[in-house]
Amino acid sequence: MGKIVPLQQAVAENLKPGDTVAFEGFTHLIPHAAAHEAIRQGIGDLTLIRMTPDIVYDQMIGMGLARKVVFSYAGNPGVGLLRRMRDAIENGHPRSIETVEHSHSAMAQAYEAGAAGLPCAIFRGYKGAGLKAVNPDIRSVICPFTGEELAAVPAHRPDVTFIHAQKANRRGDVLIEGIIGVQKEAALAASRVVVTVEEIVEDFAGLHPNLCILPHWTITAIAEVPGGAHPSYAHGYYDRDNAAYLDWDKVSSDREAFAAWMQDNVLAVGPEAFADRVKGLRK
Amino acid sequence: MSDFTPTEMMTIAAARQLTSKDVCFVGIGAPSAACNVARLTHAPDITLIYESGTIGTAPDVLPLSIGDGELCETAVSTVSVPEMFRYWLMGGRISIGFLGAAQLDRFGNINTTVIGDYHHPKVRLPGGGGAPEIASSCGEVYITLKQAKRAMVEKIDFFTSFGHGEGGDHRQRLGIKTKGPTLLITDLAIWRPDPETKEFVVRSLHQGVTREMVQETCGWTVRFADDLEETPPPTHEELETLRALNERTRLAHSGGKAA
Repeated sequence: MGKIVPLQQAVAENLKPGDTVAFEGFTHLIPHAAAHEAIRQGIGDLTLIRMTPDIVYDQMIGMGLARKVVFSYAGNPGVGLLRRMRDAIENGHPRSIETVEHSHSAMAQAYEAGAAGLPCAIFRGYKGAGLKAVNPDIRSVICPFTGEELAAVPAHRPDVTFIHAQKANRRGDVLIEGIIGVQKEAALAASRVVVTVEEIVEDFAGLHPNLCILPHWTITAIAEVPGGAHPSYAHGYYDRDNAAYLDWDKVSSDREAFAAWMQDNVLAVGPEAFADRVKGLRK
Repeated sequence: MSDFTPTEMMTIAAARQLTSKDVCFVGIGAPSAACNVARLTHAPDITLIYESGTIGTAPDVLPLSIGDGELCETAVSTVSVPEMFRYWLMGGRISIGFLGAAQLDRFGNINTTVIGDYHHPKVRLPGGGGAPEIASSCGEVYITLKQAKRAMVEKIDFFTSFGHGEGGDHRQRLGIKTKGPTLLITDLAIWRPDPETKEFVVRSLHQGVTREMVQETCGWTVRFADDLEETPPPTHEELETLRALNERTRLAHSGGKAA
């Protein structure tokens, strides 16, 4: 019920080894601080769902926490490839991972179906696409009214979804604005929802009535972590650290450089380190 | 203006194909540069849509990712990603999908998924993202890429996005109602599909480019139109607009602030 707790406790109480988990945020509001906490706690054997695995899953995969990854675009946006994820797929390092690959449209609609309590998403898609031949989860149904063949994929139903948001109020309601991605759907599709926020405010009085709000009774736990999306960004708080995304290409290209970076920037520090990282990026 | 690079020519030639009436689903990289050059020159009212849900964006610098804050701050509206793919793309509201490619064949089929076998890839590429449905749901598809034998191949390793398949009426046979790839712009030439076979045919060579240069950087036997034209070189305004945009972008992404 939107319980406000330290991040360490929120992760320990809600993420278990073997869980199916989504850390969502479409370029914007990626919950890096929560993922780093999961890495520090060494919670492994996870099935990771995310449209764009991005740096956040490159780190979790590189640290050996993933058993399976469900995704639709495994790139470092605007930079290139995800080198730790590639090393796992191509060389089984540090462990081999199972991959389930979709298109963005399918992933977004699978979350929406999960939020709606439906068993599957139905849409016009995958026409002529090769993924149909390599992903047995991509099937089809015939429209009973028109006879049109439509694509069907199973709904996403994560055990737990992690998101980062701008604000929570004291009651535990959560506000997300800017590029809202699939966070609302990913949260409502999950059994448990953990949210990190830039700040906790008294109340949301005076805000626009159509803002994207997740009511406190849809949220399991909230932790205040300023800067918690870095190197992603938080609209209205700080910019995307594009230089960090460019740097990641070098860090992740070498197993030892990666291990050293993770030791210094994740294992040896706590969530409070994030506030400093966004100081120069604040508006 | 005669002093320009092949990449600049490619971007500007692509920009010229866009109009203020277009509603364009924009991929990152060369497509994004072309779309914004069009917006900043002859097509100020073009609607640019990025798959992060930003509709009608007008960024001052090119985004590094499809979800940079600049896109949201300058957009007419920002919607959720499920809404983007359902109401706007699948709903048939986008006239042009603008895609890049790692591998492309003569029928406009695109691979951005793997080099080699899917299950044991030689190189694991990022994958399709929004492209599989952009390719089938947009009114038509424009493709842009730099020519190279490893990029323009006889047979792609994986069908990430369906173009014209085996050519002819293959799209219609699969029940796809949109036109598919209607334009290919490379750093050397402008190509359009043959109306019957759907194979890409070179219609225009950029200034200083020979038929041999096009063939040497293409993995299939190239067909040239009988009435082959020369692409007009970039104008002063086009080139200055592109270079200024690239410079603002470089400054912004290297950690400095754009002026």
